[in-house]
Amino acid sequence: MAEPATDLPFDSAAFLASEEHEVAIVGRSPWYLAWRRLRRNYFALFSLFVFVLIVACCALAPVYARHVAHTGPNEVHVSEKVKVDGKLTPVVGGGSYYDAKTNRFVVKAPTYLGPTWWHANGRFVLGTDNLGRDVAVRLLYGGLNSLKIGIGSALICTFVAVFLALLGGYFGGWIDWIVSRFFDLIWAFPVLLLAIALGSALAVNGFHHFGISIEPGSLWIPTLVISYVLIPYVGRPVRGQVLSLREKEFVEAAIGGGAGPLRVMFSDLLPNIASTVLVFFTLIIANNILTEAGLSFLGAGVRLPDPSWGNLIASGQDQIQTAPWLALVPGIAIVLTVLSLNIFGDGLRDALDPRAKVRIEH
Amino acid sequence: MVPFIIRRLIGMVAVLFGVSVLVFIVFILLPGGDPAERMAGKNPTPQNIVNIREKWGFDRPFYVQYVKMMQKAGTGLLPGPHGEYDILRSFDTRQDVVHEIKKGIPATFSLCIGAGIIWLVFGILVGVFSAVKAGRWSDRLITTFALIGVSMPVFWLGLVLRYFLAEKPAHPRFPDGGYVPLTTDPAEWALHLILPWFCLSVLFIGFYGRVLRSNMLDTMNEDYVRTARAKGLRSNQILMRHVLRNSLIPIVSLFGLDFAAVLGGGAILTETVFDLKGVGWYAAQSVGGLDLPPIMGVTLYGSFFIVLFSALVDFFYAYLDPRIRPT
Repeated sequence: MAEPATDLPFDSAAFLASEEHEVAIVGRSPWYLAWRRLRRNYFALFSLFVFVLIVACCALAPVYARHVAHTGPNEVHVSEKVKVDGKLTPVVGGGSYYDAKTNRFVVKAPTYLGPTWWHANGRFVLGTDNLGRDVAVRLLYGGLNSLKIGIGSALICTFVAVFLALLGGYFGGWIDWIVSRFFDLIWAFPVLLLAIALGSALAVNGFHHFGISIEPGSLWIPTLVISYVLIPYVGRPVRGQVLSLREKEFVEAAIGGGAGPLRVMFSDLLPNIASTVLVFFTLIIANNILTEAGLSFLGAGVRLPDPSWGNLIASGQDQIQTAPWLALVPGIAIVLTVLSLNIFGDGLRDALDPRAKVRIEH
Repeated sequence: MVPFIIRRLIGMVAVLFGVSVLVFIVFILLPGGDPAERMAGKNPTPQNIVNIREKWGFDRPFYVQYVKMMQKAGTGLLPGPHGEYDILRSFDTRQDVVHEIKKGIPATFSLCIGAGIIWLVFGILVGVFSAVKAGRWSDRLITTFALIGVSMPVFWLGLVLRYFLAEKPAHPRFPDGGYVPLTTDPAEWALHLILPWFCLSVLFIGFYGRVLRSNMLDTMNEDYVRTARAKGLRSNQILMRHVLRNSLIPIVSLFGLDFAAVLGGGAILTETVFDLKGVGWYAAQSVGGLDLPPIMGVTLYGSFFIVLFSALVDFFYAYLDPRIRPT
């Protein structure tokens, strides 16, 4: 090994800096820089906190059901009474009953116990539905299902879309042609209609092809349907990015250095699209929760009696005159969840793409 | 320009072919079991099932089944009465699917054309306003509203609007859902559509406003804008002629596709919530009973609009920007 031309050490900039002001230049990764920008965006961090809180609450649904509400998501309490502020109140009142004093059948419009907040020792905190089920318990279990589907389908969708985009963008030629036409084909349907078509076709007998067997009522059906219909929405922009990265010198250098296609795709291209994919992933969870809600609202997603935020709103729709909380509460839960994800996603994009920072200061 | 149009039309036909194959797979092959039994509806006679199996070719290879399905979809479009097995019919009611879709078109088009105008105008206003005021509190306020708009489930917003404006008040100003044809009573037609128009537009206004805002802020950084400023043009002139005009191009293509999607039954949630008996409403009614042919018909109809409009958008693009034509 020949001696270096000067007697400066290899990292000369850091060395000079440490000589002058007793400070060292520390190499910082782009991820650290992004984190530093994100850290200052309190609004985005607060949204992340709200989202994590909602996830934690829903994850604790069984604990809440067992120790606070003392009931399950599908347990009916039609003919029971609960103590609200020490006063015994029927869970579902009205209906027809026999009055012994007047010796007649009396018919009254049904009344449902409204939100008791904490006046009934944690029972029926958000009121009851027409079958005397605890709305708060169903809301948490419904949230659990909605979040499982939203996050699960976002994972599957992003994974498949990124894989296809890398494949098409790297190899080009006929592989890219097939990938692009596949995206075009799904793109040619209205998202919700294709999802409903798939959801209801699969609800007939479930899915029994290629050695995979899914029963009609499974949560996998909405999860897979939603991830399938949204593939091009992630895949197309990512493919575009891969195509432009493919022409960069570092890819040529990697190929020149003997790297195979897999190596180039996963250790050269993937890290460069990771920030885009991360932002897409956050925003697509929000989108998927909305799609799931719409699908379940129409009856092609999560099937009753299993709760989800979408079908809770659908079943509350008929009683909106007598028990408006049934439809209002799950909707508020959806808005909070989706809004927190959207704000965090925006913050994440601003942090990962510093150009966005320049935009705000205009 | 002519070779470009021809190439694009060939591509359009190819995508339509792919769409029809995918619809065939989803509705005939994917559910499993005997399609003839499903298609015969409730309480079929054995002869009924045999007839359907023969007419739809379910005892023959899949490509014969595909051709037969497309023939029936095509026959339905022809005027005049049709035989029991010659066209797409609902499993449950035995109604002619194409006929029912045609009945839904006036309501769907009334909803979508009105909402489309509203969301395009207000989306552009929101985008321009927040881009001009970028960083100020008025921008923050309006972008927050836009964000809330895109985070709301459409059907929930519809339910809330309907409950608070049409059902709860003692003397409601708005009718409680339903559709009155334009030819019957134009005033009632508009009154019945105000809430659905608003409901369907909110999401798009928020979305377009956000897209246009970031496009405009990007364009403001372009060299030609700096040149225009250096030439001494007034800032309003720069905004309208250079910034807005170039930022609107992606909005044109977004609008083309979104408008096609809602025309093709994509407004299914809004139509269902407000009992607007349109095309999407028709598909939604069939979901509960797993009545597949109406959903199949509406899916084919909807994707036809999307494919057609995306070709139109491309032609419009090529007309606006000659650089696109060769590709």
